[in-house]
Amino acid sequence: MNSKDLESNLLELIRRTSTVLPPDVVDALKAGYRREKAGTAAKTAFKSMLSSTELSLRDSVPLCQDTGALVWHIHYPDGEPLLAVEKAIEKAIAKATGKYFLRPNAVDSISGKNSGNNLGEGAPVLYFHPWKKKSWEFNLMLKGGGSENCGIQYKLPDGKLNAGRDLDGVYKCVLDAVWQAQGKGCGPGVICVCAGGNRDTGMAFAKQQAMRKLDDKNPDPELAKLEAKLTRDCNKLGIGPMGFGGKTTVLGVKIGALHRLPACYFVSIAYMCWSCRRCTMVISGDRVKYVQ
Amino acid sequence: MIRIDLPTDEKTIRSLKIGDEVLLNGTIVTARDAAHKYMISEKPKDLEPLLKNGVIYHCGPIVKNEKGVWSIVSAGPTTSIREEPYEADIFRIYKVRAVIGKGGMGQKTLDACKKYGAVYLHATGGCAAEIACAMEEVLEVRKLEFGTPEAFWVIRVKDFPCTVTMDSHGQSLHEKVLDDSLRNLKKLTV
Repeated sequence: MNSKDLESNLLELIRRTSTVLPPDVVDALKAGYRREKAGTAAKTAFKSMLSSTELSLRDSVPLCQDTGALVWHIHYPDGEPLLAVEKAIEKAIAKATGKYFLRPNAVDSISGKNSGNNLGEGAPVLYFHPWKKKSWEFNLMLKGGGSENCGIQYKLPDGKLNAGRDLDGVYKCVLDAVWQAQGKGCGPGVICVCAGGNRDTGMAFAKQQAMRKLDDKNPDPELAKLEAKLTRDCNKLGIGPMGFGGKTTVLGVKIGALHRLPACYFVSIAYMCWSCRRCTMVISGDRVKYVQ
Repeated sequence: MIRIDLPTDEKTIRSLKIGDEVLLNGTIVTARDAAHKYMISEKPKDLEPLLKNGVIYHCGPIVKNEKGVWSIVSAGPTTSIREEPYEADIFRIYKVRAVIGKGGMGQKTLDACKKYGAVYLHATGGCAAEIACAMEEVLEVRKLEFGTPEAFWVIRVKDFPCTVTMDSHGQSLHEKVLDDSLRNLKKLTV
């Protein structure tokens, strides 16, 4: 792969992720709008979301001014060198910042200084997954700070929630997290969950669930059932878009599971806002395809 | 839709109630984490005329500079609750009449809204492009050394849409939704 070409393809991936809301998310927002009563703040909120999304698409401006942290999951042909790819990603990010597709979002935690180009310690977040295919798949999501602050990690059993070490316990944690968030994560959000894992892997895998399409089906039947039940029940809370009160509190619930230590049962919850920004770039030979 | 011209006055603000949809016209000033901390710790006098009977917007915009002229690219609200420790004092010291943000604020701010005559206006989070369209001109920027998301951006707005979710009569939509949703949560987890 030519590195200059890769850089410009990556720049385009960042632009699309930042300015184009995936069609499945737009459809879910339209359905949410239809469900709300006329004359309510909830209805107005959905109307604004849809029209602002149109404006972003038309003018190629960021959907949200908080372009968040860039989280990359990259599937690559086993054995291929990666350092040059990392460098190309960093260059593309700096360029995208200069072109206003991204807000400078990397602040030094010690000095308080903004790096100005979204690069810094731990930024961007890169996960490389080798596979047997010959193609490269770059999955990018933008995860904003408001929703990030609504993320939470529980330890089961949880006495306060009467939650045991089972899927019913997971259910109670998710309901509690959504109730606690109220409107702050820019709901209606996509609630991304991991049952199991460690403190770090659990949260990372939870966040990875945000790459899933809203209308996909969990291959595990128990998790699929729990996802559907939680989507219904979170909406019964009536928190509504932006916490204005309403029928749609979440756009969906996506749950993954990891093996865990016998002594630990973490339930990690990553709250993804309604502006669920994700995009995939597939490079196969010299063919480049963008998929949302 | 209620049109509010800025700078406004106490009487106009006290006439608003939760649920009212307003369109703001005039000058607003962005202020988020670093700015609030600065306003309370340094109490800069030069900000007083800018903020008196005015509006603070909790926002870290994406800004463009072309040939020395600033413009707003994307400007949705940030989560307001982080400024809860400061906002009541901001109302008191600077006589700000409204804050725009998202997610609402707490009891201390709600009490200050009642005491000083101010409201909390909720802009729709993530509607950054639509809100940027309401931003006609960047009049000036102060404390750019805080970084572009954290600086004070002084912006002239036209028909900036927001909803009153905390008024000057002790009413908060956020409290109502919190209570209602807690009742619903209890029904689900009984």
